[in-house]
Amino acid sequence: MKILKLISVLSITVLIIIVSILSFLGMVDTTNMKMYMLIGTILWFITTPFWLKEE
Amino acid sequence: MSEASVEIQDSSGGEFARSPIPKSRLKGWKSFLGMYAGEHAAGTEFMIGPLFLAAGASLKDLIFGLLIGNILAILTWRYLVAPIAVSSKLTLYYQLEKIAGKHLVKVYNVVNGVLFCFLAGAMITVSASAVGIPFGVNFSVPENIFGLSSPAFSIIVIIVGLVMAIVAAAGYNTVSKFANIAAPWMIIVFAACGLSALAQMEVNSWDSLISEWDQGVSVVQATNGKVDFGFWKIVIFSWLCNAAMHFGMADLSIIRFAKDTRAGWGPSIGMFLGHYMAWICASFMLAAQIKLTGDISANPGALAWSAVGWTGIICVIIAGWTTANPTIYRAGLAFQSLFPSSSKAYSGVILAGVVATIAGIFPTLSSKLLDFVGLYGTILGPMGGVIFVNHYLAKKMNFVQDYADEKGASFNTAVLLAWVLPVALGLYFIFGEGVFPAYAVIPCWIASSILYVLIMKFQKS
Repeated sequence: MKILKLISVLSITVLIIIVSILSFLGMVDTTNMKMYMLIGTILWFITTPFWLKEE
Repeated sequence: MSEASVEIQDSSGGEFARSPIPKSRLKGWKSFLGMYAGEHAAGTEFMIGPLFLAAGASLKDLIFGLLIGNILAILTWRYLVAPIAVSSKLTLYYQLEKIAGKHLVKVYNVVNGVLFCFLAGAMITVSASAVGIPFGVNFSVPENIFGLSSPAFSIIVIIVGLVMAIVAAAGYNTVSKFANIAAPWMIIVFAACGLSALAQMEVNSWDSLISEWDQGVSVVQATNGKVDFGFWKIVIFSWLCNAAMHFGMADLSIIRFAKDTRAGWGPSIGMFLGHYMAWICASFMLAAQIKLTGDISANPGALAWSAVGWTGIICVIIAGWTTANPTIYRAGLAFQSLFPSSSKAYSGVILAGVVATIAGIFPTLSSKLLDFVGLYGTILGPMGGVIFVNHYLAKKMNFVQDYADEKGASFNTAVLLAWVLPVALGLYFIFGEGVFPAYAVIPCWIASSILYVLIMKFQKS
C-alpha cells in the first residue's frame, strides 16, 4: 500500500504539477506536458482507490 | 460551491437525523478541514472563474476582493453557524421543523430542490461542454435565456443529464466515493491549468500578466459593452456565493458533528483552494484563450482542452459529474415528499434529474452562474435569520423558542411571512430593478430576522 500511495503522490506532484511548472519555465513543450499529465491522471486513478479505501 | 455527504445522509433519514449527535461520534475541528477541502473545488469553479474576466473585473480587484470575501465567508461559518450547530447539534431540516412545522419545511425543501436542479443543470452543461470537444461540438451561449445551443450540443446535454440522473438514483454512493478519490487530483489539475494558461500567455512578470489580463478584458468589453465588476462586488459575491450554506445555515447539518466551535474554521482550506486558487486559475484560462484565438466564450471544456489537453477534458467531466451527482440526489430527496409513499424510492431523484437536464439544455443558465448563485442565497439565506433569532433571541425577548415543536403546529405562519416577504422584495429588486443578486442576501437575511421577532411578539400580545 505504501508503494501505491507513493505512486499516487508522485503521479500528481511530478507528472502534473512539476511538469506544468517546467512547461511554464519553457523546459517542457506543450505536447509532452499534456502527455505527462494524462499519464499522471491514469496512474492516480489506478493506484489511489486501493490505499484510500484502506484509510 | 459545496456538497456535503453528511447532510445527504441526514436528509435521507440516516444517522441522527432527528436527534442530537452523541458525544462519542463528535469530531475534532481538524477533521472539518479535510472534510471541506475538496468540497469547494467543484465543476462550478470552471465556470465561475472565467466569468469574472468576462464581467470585466480587474486582476488586482479579483485577487484582493476574493481574499477579503473568502475571509468574511470563513468568519461567517465560524461565528454564525458553528456556535448554533455545536449548541443544538441538529440538522438544518430538523431545526427548521421544530420552528416552522413539518409542512412548511416541505415547502422549503421543494424550493431548495428546484434551485438545486438549476445548479445541477449548470453542471450538466459544464460536463457536456467537455464531452462535446472530442466530437467537435462546441456550445454557444444564446442571447435569450431560453435560447438553445446547437442541436448536437443539446443532444449531448440530454445524454449526459440522463446518465447522471440514472447514476444518482442507482449508484449515488459509488460516485460519492469516486468524488473523494478525484478531489486531490482535481485541485492539482486546476493549478496546472492556471500555470499552463500563464505559459500560453507568455507571462514573465507581474506587469505582463496585468497587461495580458487587461487586454482580455478590453476584448470582452469591445464585444459585450462596458460592464462594471469592481472590488466590492467581488468581495460581496465571494462572501455570499455560499450564503445558503452559512447565512442560510445549511451547514448546521455538517458542523453539528463538531466537538467545539473551532470546526467553523473547517471551510478555510477548501475555500482558498476552490474559491481563490481555482477561480483565479480558471480565469487565466479565458485570458489565454482570448490572447490565442480572440474567442471570448467561457466554454469550460474548450478552455481546459486548450490548457492541459485530455487531462482537462477528464477533469471538467468529473468535476461537473461529481458536483451534479449529490445535487441531483439532494433535489430528489426534496421532491420525494411530493410522491405518494407507495412510489419507488428513486422517483424523486429521476424527476430532479429530468428537471436538471431540461435546465442544462439552456446554456444561458450556466453563463449566468454569478447571478444564479446570489439568487440562491437570497431565497434560502433568510431561513437562517429565523434560526438565528430562534436560537439567540426567543428567550431573551420572551417569545416561544421552537414554536412548532412546543405548540404542536405543522405550519408556522410567522416563519412563512418572515421568509417570503423579504424574499419577494429581494426578487423584485433583482428582477425589476436589476440589482446584482448577491447584494440582496444580507438585507433579506436581516429583514427576515427582524420580521420574525416582530410577528412572534405581535402574535404573543
